[in-house]
Amino acid sequence: MAASNVRHALFCAIVTLVISYPILGLNLEAEGINIVLTGTDTTTVVAIACAALVVLLFQLFRDSLMGKLGAVSNLNPLTGRKPMEQKERAKLESWVLTGLVVVALFWPFFSSRGAVDLATLVLIYVILALGLNVVVGLAGLLDLGYVAFYAVGAYTFALLSQYYGVSFWMALPLGALLAGLFGLLLGFPVLRLRGDYLAIVTLGFGEIIRILLNNWTNVTGGPNGIGGIPDPTLFGMEFGRRVKEEGNTSFHETFGIAYSGEHKVIFLYLIALVLAIITALIIRRLMKMPVGRAWEALREDEIAARSLGLSRTAVKLSAFTIGAFFAGFAGTLFASKQGFISPESFVFLESAIILAIVVLGGMGSQIGVILAAIAVTILPELAREFSEYRMLIFGAAMVLMMIWRPQGLVPMRRLHITLKTQE
Amino acid sequence: MLKIQNLAMRFGGLLAVDGVSLDVQEREIHSIIGPNGAGKTTVFNCMSGFYKPSGGKIIFQGTEIQGKPDYKISRMGMVRTFQHVRLFTQMSVVENLLVAQHRHLSTNLLAGLIKTPNYRERERKSLDRAAYWLERIGMLDQANVDAGNLSYGQQRRLEIARCMVTKPQLLMLDEPAAGLNPAETLKLNQLIVSLKEDYSVSVVLIEHDMNLVMDISDRITVINQGRPLASGTPQEVRVNEDVIKAYLGEA
Repeated sequence: MAASNVRHALFCAIVTLVISYPILGLNLEAEGINIVLTGTDTTTVVAIACAALVVLLFQLFRDSLMGKLGAVSNLNPLTGRKPMEQKERAKLESWVLTGLVVVALFWPFFSSRGAVDLATLVLIYVILALGLNVVVGLAGLLDLGYVAFYAVGAYTFALLSQYYGVSFWMALPLGALLAGLFGLLLGFPVLRLRGDYLAIVTLGFGEIIRILLNNWTNVTGGPNGIGGIPDPTLFGMEFGRRVKEEGNTSFHETFGIAYSGEHKVIFLYLIALVLAIITALIIRRLMKMPVGRAWEALREDEIAARSLGLSRTAVKLSAFTIGAFFAGFAGTLFASKQGFISPESFVFLESAIILAIVVLGGMGSQIGVILAAIAVTILPELAREFSEYRMLIFGAAMVLMMIWRPQGLVPMRRLHITLKTQE
Repeated sequence: MLKIQNLAMRFGGLLAVDGVSLDVQEREIHSIIGPNGAGKTTVFNCMSGFYKPSGGKIIFQGTEIQGKPDYKISRMGMVRTFQHVRLFTQMSVVENLLVAQHRHLSTNLLAGLIKTPNYRERERKSLDRAAYWLERIGMLDQANVDAGNLSYGQQRRLEIARCMVTKPQLLMLDEPAAGLNPAETLKLNQLIVSLKEDYSVSVVLIEHDMNLVMDISDRITVINQGRPLASGTPQEVRVNEDVIKAYLGEA
């Protein structure tokens, strides 16, 4: 018993050393054309050794330590408390959410431009993940080509603005509708497929769209992409320094304030915020509607759902279409934010990340998915110091997540339905 | 109300069902019995549209329904349960009953988003219906429990309630008593009889529990190796020599 404990502790310490020393203790430095491997300063090495020692000691005395910790948690006054009443909790939740939205509305005015820009990206991922949540989390249809609909939305706006000078506000519904149409089109051939087979077909569909965009050079510009996509306007007011389009005025001149590049960034952020909130509210409502329940029924047991008179066609197509619709939303927004898009932005990795967000957040759970979208987008930015190792850390975090909390950050909670009792 | 004429179902070289005929009257409990592998469930699958029969006719209230898609047959008022309970396990008990009442999805998509009075009224009605049936099967307390967490007997009863909220005219029960203890079987027994008496539903029943079958059936059809062996009232079937040899055993 004791011997195995010591051996286990030693093993853990060595693993710590093996992992952390190459990452933190060795540096690659370019000297002229050669790359030289140098060790870091002694403090880092000492820190690594200390870390290994801590791991060793912790593993050695883990049992007794954990036993003491268990006793400590009894001191926590919250442990014995009863869970809140369903109604009260719902009320509290809605207050907290409203508060968060208000904070999110005013936050960009006191924040740096980079942060607001990142937040816009986060919101785009929130919309995407909420949309995919319908397809994967609720309807249980594994879609690995979701990014295709995102691309359809983005390219709809880019092409329409390039060839017909269509503005952002016109393109927003068009992009979403067209993406929804593509969702419907993809839905038909995959109606009979489930699980792995469905995943492969959707994966293929995603690649088809990307390769089409890449090779249809005279329309889409191929790998060179499309640039000069206009920013959104606020009632005909542009956010650039100079007005680009006839008939428009510029925002800073109308209000008589000095030009600042931040106005545009904040405006985009606010549009993204509003769209994300609309998306969340619509999908929330759909979840409580017959459609939403039918999606879940199909996920739970397709045969039973059909035997009760639910048409598989209608249920699957509605899930695909609605999911794709919101991806189109996000795509249009993305094109406007970047001002330039190319097929590079719509590779399979994007689909995988959006799927990871849905799985990490908890399939079907909206709050979970939103939190996961924030985490997955921001964490790699925060971990920039680790540069090339950040994807490694990201991957490791995901593996740990799946081991410890396979149901996701905030698993879906069933809605409590109060019934009138019969007299 | 339901007539099956010379039903045949072939899987490749295997003739699973051959020449089975059935005639179910209004407000009747009609049992199908037979040894394991006799083709009882195959007959059910043909009736409910899961299989397209290779031959024969199924006539429900004057229309031929063989080969129609399953969800259409169910909407006509023929609903079934399964040999292995198929509930929506991660959804709550009420939600299971609500799903069953949602046949017209696309039409009320917009109505639901803006919550028209008509939509609210319909939602309220389906909730009331769900509540009524939960009380009927004595599970009102478990309304918000996940269906997967119910006991097996409760799951069986919920599955029947889920069929009943769709207001069927004909209910097909595939071994409803499988895996139930004697007390639960008795409860189920009373439930099935009351479906016939109080809601004028016809029931087609597949069952191995002879006590249940003999107690509640109005008529019985015996199938053996895909072929009809005998048909008649419980008394007639009980003394039929072929049936005793093939299935009931000489006791």
